[in-house]
Amino acid sequence: MTELRIAFTLNGEPCEAQTAAHRTLLEVLRARGAVDVKEGCGEGVCGTCTVLLDGEPVSSCLVLAARAQGRDLMTVRGLGDAGAPHPLQSAFVAHGAAQCGFCTPGMLLTAYALLRDRPRASRAEIRRAIAGNLCRCTGYTKIIDAIAACAEGAARG
Amino acid sequence: MAESPAATRERLRVVGRRLPRHDARDKVLARTLYAADWQMPGMLEGAVLRSPYPAARITRIDTSRAAACPGVAAVLTARDVPHNILWTDVPGQTSVVGPLRARVQVLADDQVRYQGEAVALVAAETREIADRALELIDVAYEAQPGVFTTEDALRPDAPRVHEEGNVLATWRVRCGDADTALARAHAVVEQTYRCGLIDHAYLEPEAGVAWIDADGVVVVRASTQVIEHFRDVADVLGLPHNKVRVIGPYVGGGFGGKEDVTVEVFLGLLAYRTGRPVRMVWSRQESLLARPKRHPFTLRYRTGAARDGTLLAHRIELTADAGAYAYLSALVLLYATVTAAGPYRVPHVAVDARAVYTNNPPTSAMRGFGAMQMVLGYESQIDQIARRLGLDPVEVRRRSALRRGDRLPVGQALDTHVAVAEAAERAWAALGPPRAPSSPRHRVGRGLACNLQPYGRLVWLRDWASAWVGLEADGSVVVRCGVPDVGGGQASSLCQIAAEALGVEPDRVTVHIADSALTPLAGTTTATRQLYMSGNAVLVAATQLHDEVRRVAARLLETPVEQVALADGAATAGPERRVLLADVVKECARLGVPRSHLGVYHAPAGDPVDLERGGGRVFPDYTFGAHAVEVEVDVDTGAASVRRHVACHDVGRAINPQSVEGQVQGGAVMGLGYGLMEEIIVDRGVNLTTSFASYLIPSALDVPDVEPIIIESGDGKGPFAARGIGEPPIGPPAAAIANAVEDAVGVRITDLPITPEKIARALGLLSGG
Repeated sequence: MTELRIAFTLNGEPCEAQTAAHRTLLEVLRARGAVDVKEGCGEGVCGTCTVLLDGEPVSSCLVLAARAQGRDLMTVRGLGDAGAPHPLQSAFVAHGAAQCGFCTPGMLLTAYALLRDRPRASRAEIRRAIAGNLCRCTGYTKIIDAIAACAEGAARG
Repeated sequence: MAESPAATRERLRVVGRRLPRHDARDKVLARTLYAADWQMPGMLEGAVLRSPYPAARITRIDTSRAAACPGVAAVLTARDVPHNILWTDVPGQTSVVGPLRARVQVLADDQVRYQGEAVALVAAETREIADRALELIDVAYEAQPGVFTTEDALRPDAPRVHEEGNVLATWRVRCGDADTALARAHAVVEQTYRCGLIDHAYLEPEAGVAWIDADGVVVVRASTQVIEHFRDVADVLGLPHNKVRVIGPYVGGGFGGKEDVTVEVFLGLLAYRTGRPVRMVWSRQESLLARPKRHPFTLRYRTGAARDGTLLAHRIELTADAGAYAYLSALVLLYATVTAAGPYRVPHVAVDARAVYTNNPPTSAMRGFGAMQMVLGYESQIDQIARRLGLDPVEVRRRSALRRGDRLPVGQALDTHVAVAEAAERAWAALGPPRAPSSPRHRVGRGLACNLQPYGRLVWLRDWASAWVGLEADGSVVVRCGVPDVGGGQASSLCQIAAEALGVEPDRVTVHIADSALTPLAGTTTATRQLYMSGNAVLVAATQLHDEVRRVAARLLETPVEQVALADGAATAGPERRVLLADVVKECARLGVPRSHLGVYHAPAGDPVDLERGGGRVFPDYTFGAHAVEVEVDVDTGAASVRRHVACHDVGRAINPQSVEGQVQGGAVMGLGYGLMEEIIVDRGVNLTTSFASYLIPSALDVPDVEPIIIESGDGKGPFAARGIGEPPIGPPAAAIANAVEDAVGVRITDLPITPEKIARALGLLSGG
């Protein structure tokens, strides 16, 4: 089994990991304690394990860990913390967008990437953007409400 | 009691507010440690070997090569399980099914009855080694003929799934004289419906960690709706019940799929055998393959109505595929039988229901639990009667809608508000003026469906829940309650209820949940019962505490107790006189007055009733609702999409309106998935849909924004007159879509899911088959 040593940044911190060449990014992240990345299907369908790889949302279950070499990774813990939650995190709480919460980390990261690229995203654009992140609890409406509330030009309240 | 609903709402300070949930804060920050996130020093990884055959004899198992594999700590087969029987029901339910039938073998002994049945367990240093060890277990199977449809299973010469025969359970209802009434009815509609096999598909697959603690207690921390499975783990291991503890972390979705035992017993066995912590995490594929699913039903309805559309009679035959083991099938069938006539007054009803064993995946609890499958039957029937008689869909429902005091066909009188007619009217009206089709090849149609769903368990289970509420010296509040939180806000609702009763803000309340050793037992998070049961238990405890504290506060304030109110963390008597709750608590301590109470709530109880003779009360109460949808059908492809969806339910009182809306929207969308797209496909016992790429659940692009309408009738049996809302919203969508499709393009689809192919075939767009 080929062993690799990879270096990357995780939420701004430099990291190194020793891993077998066939390991996925999801496996390597969880093994090093980044359990904020959740596994929902392991086949790239549900979006639960979404992380940002150089800023782009990817299903970490479909990315070989070796591909993270020299790149920048962000998980939901990089978005904000209890002292300084990201506005999306606060909006998800305020709008009741998290029920069981298992899809929430991946959903937040997809939403973050969307609003970074399209700050004035419409509800239809939000719907399209999160179509790769499945949620079984909310019916999506309150998730879309929360993301829409963080878009530029949204009515505050 | 005489207070009006509006007056009560006015008086409440915390209950009724759209409060953010405390657990949501942890979840958005990813601080919540779900079952699979738990790690312990020296932890092994567990894995399950599963049968590739749906029906086979095991002639030999050789585990020696697996056991010799470096890094393998244990390999277990049926021989190694102290008591290889898992009862698949709870005390009181066994009599329904018969003691022999309500059990599952923990590991297959010499017979496997479905593809995916557990045959052996492994614990190893890594998951990779565990997987390798599974491959090294040598099992010789002798494939046998199986039965894969209920029709085949009922043939006299069919292979028997279990020795006792293939009919697992039957229920009958006889109310009035259905045959005579049907013969005299002005309009009779007869139709057979089929609803399919579906999966819960929560995003969190089954997982847990078990270890032996310093007192020798086996601890299982697992994703479950039922921490009281500690008894099952103990029985299988042959340990006293008080030597097993189940801790329930926040669950990543349950929907009934984590009601039966999943990983708990396997983990207990492996931890007990190895003496080390063991984690077991099922993959999505394993979850889709091996865990019990929703019962497919065949529903045959003959329905008769008078000239004005008034319902007169139903003759109903129900057949449910129970799969290879009983699990909760007999009870699912009971729910179906009791609710099969829908939320309507129907004077003559005959129901014959049976659940049948096959070598298909086992079926058991899923949100709606038998009652939801019936909605397709009774709501398709009433819609066709309206169409036949040229009546408005709301009018025909209003004419027969149940009202308070009416009896269900099983004889239970409804003793709380029944909002069926109001819900139908409001949901339908909310659709507003019809909208134009989006292209010339689209047709628009509308459909309505009402439903009833019990909340709380069968009265003869004598259900109860307990909770402990205490005040700390600083005036903060602690709630301890054994409720598992599956994401519906179960824990945060208890904070709101305690805060209301004790006059504090909810953020002054901490709730500890779901630990079978440390929190008072509160029963299962199933059957739309936790807000009702645990909510009432917390209210009982908090009210007792309130009354004690108020008496002591009256002494401190030197005022009659009637003039003292607890609010804003203080006891007050008028604007001038005020003492902080913390100071009252200290005075309680000085006087030796208790600062905590254990509250127990007992649901209405009764003896088992004879459904056939119309015995009386079966459930504590029911939640009523109606959904209206606007559907657009593409007449070139047969594809139907839901453009509008209004969902209206009477929840009695919304403890947290935001959580109620979340339940309604999420349940409705799960119902849309059931109606439009979800289907586990099993070919001669072999599951062909064991991935999310083949088992499709709704994405954000497949569904509209569901518009909730919450009726607060101020009447219900939960705390502050709440009714349960966990299961009810999943019921109506599929039938509402079927009704809307007929409205749009004039064809009646009777089989779920309503796929483009079925509509296209009905429209004559496809040739053959």
